[in-house]
Amino acid sequence: MKKYTLKRLLTSLFTLLAILLVLFILMQLMPGSPFNDEKLNDDQRAVLYAKYGLDQPVLVQFFRYVGNMLKGDYGVSYNISKNTPISQLIQTRLPISIGIGGAAVALGALMGLILGLIAALKHGTFWDTIATIISVIGVSVPSYVFALGLSYTLGFRMQWFPMLYNAQLATQSSVLPSIALSMFTMASIARFTRTEMLEVLDSDYMLLAESKGISGPALIFRHALRNALIPIITVLAPLIVDLMTGSLVVEKIFAIPGVGSLLVNAIQSNDYNVVISLSFIYSAMYIAIMLVVDILYGVIDPRIRLAKEGD
Amino acid sequence: MAKTKTPAMAAVPYVPVAEDFVLKNASGELALDANFASQSFWKDVIIRFFRKKSAVIGMVLIIIITLMAIVGPGMNAYTYSGQTLTQKNLAPRVAALEKFGIFDGSETMRTTTGSKTVNNYIEKGLEDVYYWFGSDNFGRDIWTRTWSGTRVSLIIAAAATLIDMIIGMSYGLISGYFGGKVDMLMQRFLEIMNGIPRLVIVTLLLLVLEPGMLTIIFALMLTEWVGMSRIARAEMLKLKEQEFVLASRTLGAGKFFIIFKEILPNIIGPIITQVMFSIPTAIFTEAFLSFVGLGIPVPRCSLGSLISEGYNSFTTHPFQIIPPVVVMALLMFSFNLVADGLREALDPKMKEM
Repeated sequence: MKKYTLKRLLTSLFTLLAILLVLFILMQLMPGSPFNDEKLNDDQRAVLYAKYGLDQPVLVQFFRYVGNMLKGDYGVSYNISKNTPISQLIQTRLPISIGIGGAAVALGALMGLILGLIAALKHGTFWDTIATIISVIGVSVPSYVFALGLSYTLGFRMQWFPMLYNAQLATQSSVLPSIALSMFTMASIARFTRTEMLEVLDSDYMLLAESKGISGPALIFRHALRNALIPIITVLAPLIVDLMTGSLVVEKIFAIPGVGSLLVNAIQSNDYNVVISLSFIYSAMYIAIMLVVDILYGVIDPRIRLAKEGD
Repeated sequence: MAKTKTPAMAAVPYVPVAEDFVLKNASGELALDANFASQSFWKDVIIRFFRKKSAVIGMVLIIIITLMAIVGPGMNAYTYSGQTLTQKNLAPRVAALEKFGIFDGSETMRTTTGSKTVNNYIEKGLEDVYYWFGSDNFGRDIWTRTWSGTRVSLIIAAAATLIDMIIGMSYGLISGYFGGKVDMLMQRFLEIMNGIPRLVIVTLLLLVLEPGMLTIIFALMLTEWVGMSRIARAEMLKLKEQEFVLASRTLGAGKFFIIFKEILPNIIGPIITQVMFSIPTAIFTEAFLSFVGLGIPVPRCSLGSLISEGYNSFTTHPFQIIPPVVVMALLMFSFNLVADGLREALDPKMKEM
C-alpha cells in the first residue's frame, strides 16, 4: 500500500510540475505585454519590467514562478480589478463555489443512489423505465440547459427562488444552481448504481444471505449496497471534475460571485494572469481529487491494491 | 434437396414427369436452416442493434437532424448572417400553422408588473413576413441560424472525434503491443496528460491561438484522445496473446502489420462505441467554449454561440433560445442512445448499463 501511495504521489507531483511548465510557457507565448499603455515610454516600461522581475533570464523566472504558485502568491490582476492580488480575489470566491459544488455533489450522489436503487430493485418494471429515462436525459442534457430552464421557470415565472445570486439570501440563491449542477452527477450515479446493484443482487453471497434469513433493509443496505458502492466511488472523482467545468457556465448564468464566473470574466477581458492562476488552482484541485480517490479506492478494495502493487 | 432419380442408363432417354417439378415440402428444413445458419458477426450486431427501440429512435433523430443541418439553411430566403434591423425580435410565425393560433407571430411579454400579448408582425405592418423560428436581436432568421449552427457543431464534433480516434487508437495500440519500457513511458505521459483538466487545456489554447473552427477542433483533439487510447490499449492487451497473432508472427508478419492489419479490425467495435460517446462530449465542449466566449467568431454561429446569444434575452424573448437548446439536447441524447445500443449490440455478454 505504501509503495502504491508513494507512486501515486510522485505521479501527481510530476503532473503538477508539468502543468506549471505549460502555464509558464503559455505566459511567455501570450501576445502583447502586460503593459500595453501607449503613454508609457521605453524607460518606464523597463522600470515596470524590473519591478515585476520580467527582465530576468527565463529559467530564473520559471523557478520563481513555481515557488510563488506553490506558496499561493499568484500575482496581481491586470484588468478585472487593477492591482488586486489574485489570491485575495480568490479568497472570497472559493468558499462560495465549493459550497455550491459540494451541495451539488451531495445532492446528485444521494438522488442518484436512490434512483439507481429503485431501478435495480424494481428491475424490468415501469419504475425501472422511468429511472432509466431520467438518467439518460440527465447524462445527455448539459447542465447549463438545466440551469437556464430552472432559472426561467422557478426563478423568473414562479419567482420561488432568486434568479440571480443574492448574498443576503445565500441559501435560497444556491438552490437552483446546485440542482442544475447535480443533474449530471445524479444521472451517472443512478446508472452505475443500477448496473452494480443488479450484478450484486444476482450473486451467490446474496442468495446465501437470503437463505440465512436476512431480509428487508438489512439485506439491501448492509449486504448489497455496500458491495455495489465500491465501483460507484471511483466514478465520483471524474464526476466532480465534470462538475467543475459545468460550474463555470452555471455560475455565469446565476451571476454567482464564485471562481467559475471569475474565470469566465477573466477569459472575456483577457486578464491572462487571472486565467493562468485559476487554471493552476483548478488543476491542483483536480489532481488532489484524483489522488485521494485512487488511494481511497485502494483502501476500500484490497483486490485493487494488490493488483496495482504487482505492476 | 432435389429429388434424385437416377435416369436409366439405357439408350432410352429419361422422360421427366410432372411430379418432378413439384417442390418438395421442405419448410421445416428451411426454417431449421434459417435459424441455425452461421451469421457473420456484423450481421448479428446489426440485428441486435435494430432490436433495441431506443437506439433506433436515436439513429432516426440523428439522421433527421443531420439532414436538416444540410438542407435547413437553404429552405428559406434568409441567410445566416443577413441582418434586417427593422425586423428584430419577431416571434415565430409559420404560414400553415397561423390559422390554428400557434406560431402566429404573437408573443407574451412578461415583466415583473404583468404580461401582455403583442403581435409585432401586425404592429409593424409586416403581414407577409414569416420567420419560422422567429428573428433575433439583429433581425436574423433563427431557423437558418439554428440549422447552420447545427452544421458547424456537427462538423466540429465529427472532425475532432475522427482525429481523436486515429491518434488515440494508434497510441493505445502501440503502447499495448510493445509493452515493457515503451508502455511504461507512454502510460506515464498519458497519466500526466490526463492529470491536466480538459477545461484548462482548452481555455489556455484558445487564449493563445486565433479563435475559429480549426482551433476548436485542435483543442478538442488534444483532450479527447486519452479515453480512446485507454480502450485501444485494453483491447490490445486482451488480444495480443491470442493464437492468430502468434500465427501471423510465425508467418513473418511485421510488428506494425500485426498491430494495424491483424488486431485493429478486431477492436473496431469498442472503438466505434467510444466514438459515439465522444461526439456528444465534443458538441458539449464546443457549446461550452462558445458560451464562455471562446467559440466560433461572429457572424458564423454554432449551437453554443446561439445559446449564448439567446441567453442574453431569454427572459424577454424565450423563443430565441429554445431552437438551439432543443436541437443540441436532442443531438446529445440521440448520440448517447445510439452509443448505448451499439455497446450492447457489440457485446451482449457485457453487463447491462
